[in-house]
Amino acid sequence: MAALELRGVRKQFGEVVALRGLSLEVASGELVSLLGPSGCGKTTALRIIAGFEHPDGGELLVEGRDVTRIPANRRNMGMVFQAYSLFPNMTARENVEFGLKVRGQDRARRQRRADELLELVGLGGRAGRYPNELSGGQQQRVALARALAIEPAVLLLDEPLSALDAKVRLQLRQEIRDLQKRLGTTTVYVTHDQEEALSISDRVAVMSEGVLEQVGRPAEIYRDPRTPFVAEFVGTMNRLEGKLAGPTSVLVGEAGVPLTVQAGHERAPGEAVLVLIRPESIAVEEAASAAEVDSARARGSLGGRVLAFTFLGPVTRLVLDTDLGPLVADVPSIQALTYASGTLVSLRVDPAGTHLLGAG
Amino acid sequence: MRSRAPAPSEPAQGTEPDATRGPALVAGPEPPRPRGAGRGARRKGRASAWRWLGVLPFFAYTTLFLLVPTIELIVKSFEGPKGSFSTANVSRLFSGEYLSAYATSVELSAITAAAGGLFGLFIAYGAVHGRLPAFIRPLLSTFSGVAANFAGIPLAFAFIATLGPTGVVTSLLNRAGLHIYNHGFTIFGMAGLSLTYIYFQFPLMILIISPTLEGLRAEWREAAQNLGATPAQYWRHVGLPLILPGLLGSTVLLFGNAFSAYATPYALTAGYINLVPVQIGAILQGNVTVPNPQLGDALAFGMIVIIAVAVTLYVLLQRRAARWLP
Ligand SMILES: Nc1ncnc2c1ncn2[C@@H]1O[C@H](COP(=O)(O)OP(=O)(O)OP(=O)(O)O)[C@@H](O)[C@H]1O
Ligand SMILES: [Mg+2]
Repeated sequence: MAALELRGVRKQFGEVVALRGLSLEVASGELVSLLGPSGCGKTTALRIIAGFEHPDGGELLVEGRDVTRIPANRRNMGMVFQAYSLFPNMTARENVEFGLKVRGQDRARRQRRADELLELVGLGGRAGRYPNELSGGQQQRVALARALAIEPAVLLLDEPLSALDAKVRLQLRQEIRDLQKRLGTTTVYVTHDQEEALSISDRVAVMSEGVLEQVGRPAEIYRDPRTPFVAEFVGTMNRLEGKLAGPTSVLVGEAGVPLTVQAGHERAPGEAVLVLIRPESIAVEEAASAAEVDSARARGSLGGRVLAFTFLGPVTRLVLDTDLGPLVADVPSIQALTYASGTLVSLRVDPAGTHLLGAG
Repeated sequence: MRSRAPAPSEPAQGTEPDATRGPALVAGPEPPRPRGAGRGARRKGRASAWRWLGVLPFFAYTTLFLLVPTIELIVKSFEGPKGSFSTANVSRLFSGEYLSAYATSVELSAITAAAGGLFGLFIAYGAVHGRLPAFIRPLLSTFSGVAANFAGIPLAFAFIATLGPTGVVTSLLNRAGLHIYNHGFTIFGMAGLSLTYIYFQFPLMILIISPTLEGLRAEWREAAQNLGATPAQYWRHVGLPLILPGLLGSTVLLFGNAFSAYATPYALTAGYINLVPVQIGAILQGNVTVPNPQLGDALAFGMIVIIAVAVTLYVLLQRRAARWLP
């Protein structure tokens, strides 16, 4: 039985439909990310789980029990907000204690528990500080400790790192994940940052305009996107329109440039398709002259020209003008040292790195 | 609807590392100037003189029309009829009609500050956090701005026309079988005067408490709820402590507002209710058997003392209530 289940949850704000039938199961101890662009309904979904909003339709189950009508303060869910959610009139310790205090736990016990949790999030020495005496990252750590103190049935995080600077963000997200694993807390994590979602989740649920596009393990979402939206939103993806000519052959674009693709799809020849290619699946080689490009074409490669390049550390991202049209390719930075805008190249697309979707 | 009004407690948003926040934001003393910075240094000195120019009119104004009169008033309070030092006037404040005038003034001000304050607080809270249509807020603040300044003869007249012996509401109540004038109520008495005061007290409360209420973030209420708190627990541990400093300050302001009102009680009760401003007015107008302007000064001095006590009390309470304020 799922620890948390959403069944066809719908929510509308006036004219705006925020959720149009969202269904999702989260297993016990699992961390699932809700990933999607701004306005797709992630926060709304989380607020419905927490009980701050009521769905217009559908059900919400915790451990198989329908909680749709249970008020927020009796759901036992721990929420971490984007920022500024600590009670400013309480110290870090008092903030963490709060949930236990309203449950009537005695002072000594709840203080001990609060100190334990603050220790756990690395703030052992700062228990007596008020929120305005803590940095943004420290405040979010306290907020996390506060949410965990009540041993929540589900931990909910709504872009908890988005108000922090990049370095703290990277560090804290790993800490959140480690702590979540250690405590085995069922968690829903909302983010619009695909890298964040891929790096910390057991599974990622990609949302767009109030519906789930795809749910799967991070590698699955990355390697095998099921819809053009997921393909484009998660990572960088080249997208070519074409027509299937044979089991492993697509004619790309108006000109019908042949491209070898992976077999194993269930599409018939003649069908219009989208070919998706990750930048890292394109091998690029510098060519000394146009003649060299032509001879590479004769051997089954494609020709192209570098339009722009961006250094990304270990790899350099090239924007190419190729026989197939504009493509983005990642090459080892060592190789790209001699590249300039206008450099002639030949390239090969790894058929195993291609992915077919129906066009339309 | 998240306005950036001065919050009771806007937490400073810092980002790590620690060194980037806090003290840097506080205007500290100027860093020591390197020696021989020459013209640059002199220009800086002149610039800081220019900075003061902007607030000069303010200081000139308050010196001329606040500080000087206050000192004059205090000095005069301790003068006898011949100009010599005397505590006769000040000691008269502690007896008879003057003592009772202070008692009535304090009572009226305290009651209307509390009642008007509470009423205004609820309305302001409803307007700020009550998910009402958008047009309500500007409507309410315009009304409050006007009503808070509606006082004196027009206000007295409005209340006589409404709740006077033949007023509109009085007749309606009569028709409904409720004869308020048979039960001791009169618009010219203490209850009537209190009601009239509340008319300008609660809009003032709405105006001055709204920014504080706007500073109550929805996240705090939701976080409390999420952690299992009932609405009462939220108010007790979070909401009330956060608005308390603002609440205390506003109540003191309302107290002072009622304490110094003159035209309204004069117009409504024609001096029948014994209030300090009415007593001072009578002395200034020479409506007394033995003219004694220094007694008027002493009465005003007494008012200043009472307001000073109220403000001091407020500051002490606020320090206690809000140790967490930055
Ligand atoms: N209280 C509300 N009243 C009216 N419309 C709302 C309300 N809350 C959300 N919406 C609308 O519902 C849609 C989904 O909003 P939601 O906040 O869930 O998006 P989100 O995915 O969290 O976006 P973001 O990444 O920007 O936080 C948006 O179009 C938003 O304008
Ligand atoms: Mg959101």
